[in-house]
Amino acid sequence: MEQNNRKGWLYLLPAMVFLGVFMVYPLIDVLIYSMEEGYNFASQTFFGVGGYNYSYVLHDPYFMQAVQNTFLLVMVTVPLSTGIALLISIGLSSIEKLRNLYQTIYFLPYVTNTLAVGLVFMILFQKTPYTDGLVNLIISWFGGTSIDFIEGPYWAKMFVLCFYTIWVVLPFKILILTSALASVNDTYYQAARVDGTSRLRMFTRITLPMISPSIFYLVITGFIGAFKAYSDAVALFGTDLNAAEMNTIVGYVYDMLYGSSGGYPSYASAAAMILFAIVLTITCINLLVSRKYVHY
Amino acid sequence: MGHQIDYQKIEKTSEHRKKVWKVVTYVLLTFWALMVLFPFYWMVLTSVKSYGAYNSEHIPALYTLSPTTENYKEAFTAVPLGRYFGNTIIFTVVTTALMLIVTVLAAFAFARLNFRGKDLAFTIFLSLMMIPTELVVITNYVTVTDLDLRNSFTGLILPSVTSVFYIYLLRENFAQIPDELYYAAKVDGTSDFKYLCRVMIPICRPTLITITILKVIECWNSYVWPRLVTDEEAYFLVSNGIQSIRENGFGRENIPAMMAAVVVISVPLIVLFLLFHKKIMEGVSRGGTKG
Repeated sequence: MEQNNRKGWLYLLPAMVFLGVFMVYPLIDVLIYSMEEGYNFASQTFFGVGGYNYSYVLHDPYFMQAVQNTFLLVMVTVPLSTGIALLISIGLSSIEKLRNLYQTIYFLPYVTNTLAVGLVFMILFQKTPYTDGLVNLIISWFGGTSIDFIEGPYWAKMFVLCFYTIWVVLPFKILILTSALASVNDTYYQAARVDGTSRLRMFTRITLPMISPSIFYLVITGFIGAFKAYSDAVALFGTDLNAAEMNTIVGYVYDMLYGSSGGYPSYASAAAMILFAIVLTITCINLLVSRKYVHY
Repeated sequence: MGHQIDYQKIEKTSEHRKKVWKVVTYVLLTFWALMVLFPFYWMVLTSVKSYGAYNSEHIPALYTLSPTTENYKEAFTAVPLGRYFGNTIIFTVVTTALMLIVTVLAAFAFARLNFRGKDLAFTIFLSLMMIPTELVVITNYVTVTDLDLRNSFTGLILPSVTSVFYIYLLRENFAQIPDELYYAAKVDGTSDFKYLCRVMIPICRPTLITITILKVIECWNSYVWPRLVTDEEAYFLVSNGIQSIRENGFGRENIPAMMAAVVVISVPLIVLFLLFHKKIMEGVSRGGTKG
């Protein structure tokens, strides 16, 4: 192929302009912001360079609350949603009738507006002076006492947040795992059947190793996604997440940037850098662990 | 003689076990399908209950015998839902169109053209895929504010245009087109741009459709960026609209009307999904993420 320097870059130009202005420059800038002490948004001045912003953020009780919430959310939803998705996908691949119908239904939450459907969840779980809500009705059928899941105790709010998060992330995981299961070569199973292998053994010795790259992919993207949780919490508890004790790290970043508590891009940048560091560390750990267990 | 194996019995028990297994599977799958569908049922149901009827139900009723459309009227008149809707459509269409142009040109350069620094540029592009939006949103917010683009479509759209991943996806697809076609076109004196429009784009239409649909879903549901750069109702997208309805909505806690708004907002994507569910699911399994 002939060399055509100018033309090549010309075609690339629009993408480079967009990425340069809205991605590369901000990336450098956020690092600078996070080091500028006492930055004033209005006058755009600052009086020092150092780690103060980081130390401020790390000593902010709201941030620690956000970190705690985010870690809880990650630790609960990632294993649970992956496990449930695996069960559902195995169920799906073992049936033939209605399989497409089930698959289509399961995928539905993926295409819905997180904030809109979050409101429905809020109504289902909420307890108001008028009504106890549907979930509390079901609880009372089983003889339990009603709880306000939206403005009540911490664990109840956390439960709703985890439940909704799992509901939202399952479609993607089910989709990936069903296609992984479908791609396992049937001859392995036939060979195992000839040898009289039990179902459980077939699952742990054939299925799991064969789909382990997909599971691993889901665990990594699941971790990253759950660490960046934000709009699910907004949908359930409103925009004032600090008051609801339900803030997440990303929520903290946005609160620092904008709204009634906003106007501190330096703190927001420091918090975002910390988030990035956490995500990067966890992803590296995941990669190291996977070397041992994932069969490619 | 007691050692004779009763094959019939073994076969029977194994068949029996299979049946039980199957029933259990179907029950569990149906259970989860109901869990998925129920919120949708509930929002439609609540949206057709009248305000008075809803608030007098201390124990929520699972069905209604007197559906009403008053909530839908309320949703469109009491809050500017039509406006949010229009804004979102403008935002989605313009963003997606710009994204397609930028993506096609860049993917073409990477897949077909030969120029100095291409490999380096591609590596940089790929590494940008790992950068989380949360990290760049802060500066973008400051940039847009400084340029006085808050509460404008330009400010909403421009930072949402590029997705490195789609460039990568399309480049892979473009690269599969055999070189012979390109040389044949060259012999005929076709220009690169014409070749791109007349040959490459038609061949890769499935991928382009996938990318378009994924971007439309992304735009329709975007919340964080619009929330940051708009505080005037005139520029709210549906996500922000629904949030403001929730917070100070109808002047009173009018849940049926709120649900009507939720239904109206959810319907376009659900229709899109029902029409293209094969394409969407295929596209997502090739590279969408969410969560």
